[in-house]
Amino acid sequence: MSQCKTSPEVGGMGHSVKRKEDPRFIRGQGKYVDDVVRPGMVYMDIVRSPYAHAKIKSINTEKALAHPGVAAVITGETLKEYNLHMMPTLMSDTQMVLPIDKVCYQAQEVAAVVATDRYSAADGVELVEVEYEPLPVVVDPHKATDPDAPIIRDDKEGQDSNHIFHWEAGDKSGTDEIFQNADVTIKKDIYLPRIHVASIETCGCVSEFDSVTGQLTVWMTTQAPHAIRTVLALVAGHVGLQEDKIRIIAPDIGGGFGGKVPVYPGYVIAIAASVVTGLPIKWIEDRRENLQADSFARDYHMTCEIAADKDGTLNGLRIKTLADHGYADAAANPSKWPAGMFSICTGSYNFKNAFVEVDGVYTNKPPGGIAYRCSFRVTEAVHAIERMVDMVADELGMDAAEIRMNNFIPKDAFPYKSPMGWEYDSGDYHAALKLAMDKIGYDKLLKEQAEKREKGELMGIGISSFTEVVGAGPSKDFDILGIKMFDSSEIRIHPTGKVMARFGTKSQGQGHETTYAQIIAEELGIPHTDISVEEGDTDTAPYGLGTYASRSTPTAGAAAAMACRKIKDKAQKIAAHLLEAAEEDLEWEVGKFSVKGVPDKSVTIQDIAFAAYTNHPQGLEAGLEATHYYDPPNMTYPFGSYIAVVDIDSGTGEVKVRRFLAVDDCGNIINPMIVEGQIHGGLTMGLAPSLFEEISYDDEGNITGGSFMEYLVPTAVETPNWETDKTVTPSPHHPLGAKGVGESATVGAPPAIVNAVVDALSHLGVRHMEIPLTPEKVWRAIHKQDAA
Amino acid sequence: MATQTITVNVNGEAKTAEVEDRLLLVHFIRDNHGLTGTHIGCDTTHCGACTVLLDETAVKSCTVFAVQANGRNVTTIEGMEGDALHPLQEGFMEEHGLQCGFCTPGMIMSSKHLLDKNLNPTEEEIRWGISGNLCRCTGYVNIVKAVQYASNKLQETSAD
Amino acid sequence: MIPGSFDYHAPTTVDEAIKLLGELGDDAKILAGGHSLIPMMKLRLAEPTHLVDINGISDLDYIKEENGYLCIGAMTRESALEVSELIAEKYPILKDTSEVIADPLVRNLASVGGNIAHGDPANDHPATMVALGAEVIAKGPGGMLTGGERTISIDDFFKGPLMTDLGQNEILTEIKIPTPNGKCGAAYKKLERKVGDYAIAGVAVALQFDGDSCTSAGIGLTNVGPTPIRASEAQDALEGTSVSDDDVNKAAELAAAAAQPVGDHRGSEEYKRAMVKTLAYRAIKTAKDRAEGGS
Repeated sequence: MSQCKTSPEVGGMGHSVKRKEDPRFIRGQGKYVDDVVRPGMVYMDIVRSPYAHAKIKSINTEKALAHPGVAAVITGETLKEYNLHMMPTLMSDTQMVLPIDKVCYQAQEVAAVVATDRYSAADGVELVEVEYEPLPVVVDPHKATDPDAPIIRDDKEGQDSNHIFHWEAGDKSGTDEIFQNADVTIKKDIYLPRIHVASIETCGCVSEFDSVTGQLTVWMTTQAPHAIRTVLALVAGHVGLQEDKIRIIAPDIGGGFGGKVPVYPGYVIAIAASVVTGLPIKWIEDRRENLQADSFARDYHMTCEIAADKDGTLNGLRIKTLADHGYADAAANPSKWPAGMFSICTGSYNFKNAFVEVDGVYTNKPPGGIAYRCSFRVTEAVHAIERMVDMVADELGMDAAEIRMNNFIPKDAFPYKSPMGWEYDSGDYHAALKLAMDKIGYDKLLKEQAEKREKGELMGIGISSFTEVVGAGPSKDFDILGIKMFDSSEIRIHPTGKVMARFGTKSQGQGHETTYAQIIAEELGIPHTDISVEEGDTDTAPYGLGTYASRSTPTAGAAAAMACRKIKDKAQKIAAHLLEAAEEDLEWEVGKFSVKGVPDKSVTIQDIAFAAYTNHPQGLEAGLEATHYYDPPNMTYPFGSYIAVVDIDSGTGEVKVRRFLAVDDCGNIINPMIVEGQIHGGLTMGLAPSLFEEISYDDEGNITGGSFMEYLVPTAVETPNWETDKTVTPSPHHPLGAKGVGESATVGAPPAIVNAVVDALSHLGVRHMEIPLTPEKVWRAIHKQDAA
Repeated sequence: MATQTITVNVNGEAKTAEVEDRLLLVHFIRDNHGLTGTHIGCDTTHCGACTVLLDETAVKSCTVFAVQANGRNVTTIEGMEGDALHPLQEGFMEEHGLQCGFCTPGMIMSSKHLLDKNLNPTEEEIRWGISGNLCRCTGYVNIVKAVQYASNKLQETSAD
Repeated sequence: MIPGSFDYHAPTTVDEAIKLLGELGDDAKILAGGHSLIPMMKLRLAEPTHLVDINGISDLDYIKEENGYLCIGAMTRESALEVSELIAEKYPILKDTSEVIADPLVRNLASVGGNIAHGDPANDHPATMVALGAEVIAKGPGGMLTGGERTISIDDFFKGPLMTDLGQNEILTEIKIPTPNGKCGAAYKKLERKVGDYAIAGVAVALQFDGDSCTSAGIGLTNVGPTPIRASEAQDALEGTSVSDDDVNKAAELAAAAAQPVGDHRGSEEYKRAMVKTLAYRAIKTAKDRAEGGS
């Protein structure tokens, strides 16, 4: 982007300034939760169930309590005394903190051991004796609502089945009519298996309660510290915790990706234990606990149908989804959206009509559903539509790029209202796909593929042209547990012109300390190096809903811009006073006000800041600061076109991604280097479930994928050298014209890869494949062996 | 509870402590010495977030007992900088080779050993060289560039 | 994540280690590279009450040729095999093998001896040693005649999953591989889901030629049975042939037939068997190329 308004020294939008976060991380001076040490701190470890569904007959803590170093063992009965054994989920369901009667998933928390050191706590866990009586297990969500299925949530009044919710969007009868009259209809079951974010830092907390002041301080791996504070105040108000005396500190977070949004039982047990014992309690889960018990992602069984004309015009879309939520609906969706933004599934295409329905069911698995950089079910929606579009192309013998170009919402149709009611703010899908095709040499690749096919070599080209919907969100539609999804920025300029800015979001690697400073630099002309950004401490940060679902730039970034504009308004008044001119006679140029026509008569923002404390005009308050709570008028709609080129070893079925080009459009870009980094990371988290990662359960509810032995996180060897490019289509409603971007690549990449693999095998009759595309699955598709 | 008295030279400073025989080196570094730059990311010796140098060799400190380091030298991320940052540390900053920073110390220590053995690795050699370290944020592209930056800088310095 | 308690011992000689193992009995385990044992201890799948650390014993770390054999000290690290010029030049199959074991950090500590002595059919060296017709030297409590040392043929070494011929108080000290003579070549091919994983299947092939005729073949299979498997019929099918494409195909089929894979998360039985065939084909081809002077 060549038109940066500010100089590199100021470092406003468009500059790839180096990150302010980095100096501490590259020296090992980051402060993550497990680095927090408090005087007198003790450690907590958790006893977990080996069974997916079982009555708890007894818990014998004698041996554990007798072990040197063990101070206490907490059970559900302990917490029940304080009515803390159950808690609400973010979807207003309930889940157990510690069970009384039964466990509902393998690895569920059963008891907690508190000890003087980690090692004794681990020993204590081994010594707690729990007697279980196994119960029949529900693993297959398709069977969850069978008449003879055991009711998992028999603790909930009125819950007489494993059905949680039914949700619909769109026009059922209108869509049905389209299907009845369609030239071409294709129906396909598409399953996105359960996966797990597996951020390199696991979850944990240090909880400290001061019984004299009643102050609770919790250092926690959380992406949404304020929401946690409020939930705790509501849930534990009856035991004396009040919101002005709860401080949640999210320090440096080692990756979130949605996995650090939920309130995990471990946090609540640690908090309860710290209140009861008066000792600071540290709980850090290990990797197996993280994979086996924390919030998963996907697990969507989608039956997708698409209706088209024989010339490839896409008319109708119908998707019926069975959502496996585990034993509680603990997805972190906005409350009116039990299936998240799934209805964005008409994607980048100008469908005439569409209808979706989603049924959520309980199974004996960990709760969750929204994580893994998925943007509130947009990954599921995009996977469905991008696969279905390719299937229509296959059916009609059309090129995958051609069918997309013919059906894209045209640039001049924006703002565009989809049949599902989403108002897409801006887009230029044709330009993005064209750029991708030109840059990768699409026609040349087609030729190469044809030549290779003659020789029996397998090569595939896959396209994904996705539209994302991020920035939750407008208060009329979005809330989490009733809390509206605005976000905030509080900016204060000191007398010497340096800035302290605090936000309601919480970076877990996205570089907010840098990018938010750049927004302020852009707006006020203050060098980004003079701006300090803080997030994550609820005692000081303004209220916000945190960072996930690519919402930070759309909400808090906007709030920063708006707060800056309030400051600039006040600065203009001070400037007028300093320059002895009328406000309307002043003009602003990056970092200074000058009198129109008299450029030498000017004051810098730094002059103004100093004056705000030393020479402010009478009648105006001193100081130079502003807070803004931004309620976005709409979501933002980043988009892109990705092209994947794969080569397949027909002897083994191994898929190698030879090239992957991602063209992304996230509107105006704050820091191109950081955006590119987000894309690289997102692409890798799109590659991972496409080829490697899966969490599955056997009929007894035993997990496969519960450690890094089986849960295959890609290394640098499996990961290709990602190629990126961009188009820039600003958001018309965002104060900076920016859109979110952190999740785009995770959303857009998997269908590009699947489309490429299917393309490589299409001449063998393959029309669809389910992820992960393991070598065996691909080998079977090539050699037409039925699945084992 | 079986214990030993061990002396380990950590970042050039010899420290003596009585430790449980079973104490993992990573806990010795983090908890006994308060050097929290070395991180724990898994329990099956996969992620490499705990990588340190044990007598110049990169090892996963979660899979070594502290007692095995008795009389030996351990270098952690905190020991990488002298009067100035090590070129690897510079490279990671210059090339945006980190985001959340959690895998970064381990990546840097692995890369240090890689460059000690091979000052001019190809891209492929770098990717193989760091294949014992997992990253969820960066997608590895910029980590490779960071190592290449350091490789170039170290070659320049050794040529001087 | 946290292992159970144990007593740690660090002998400085082999004899001291053997004595300790004898005294401590079944509750003691040898700590070599530690990258099979310590992960198991952290998951509490192994809970020895004594660990005998043999890393401090000098003179167990060497790669040298002697009396017609390549002799590898048991405590030689996998990373040393990867960078050894001798290995790269004359025994590239060992480089093939070591460089696909786990990941580079694990290889810095993992020992060649440990990879064999652990007795895990999923480990990579066992099949390679089978193909090469290796022997291992084990040292135990002193006998008058043997000095406590015995040579075990690789075919007699593996008894079952995690079970070897080593006695409780014996230590594997050296691996001996016949030095190649004349026209010969060997290769190891492993299929893994990602770097660091155990093999879906692995095939090691060593071929000896006299002119164009293959005089002997060694073929070992990784992780498709309770022990590494010698694919004897496949070997026989190559001997006396010119290892033509047809011969290779036939031998690969027989190697697949010799496999005893069990379906698991790495693959079904059918797929693993098919992969043995694919990998055997490729390993034989590469071995032949190497014998003919290629790489």
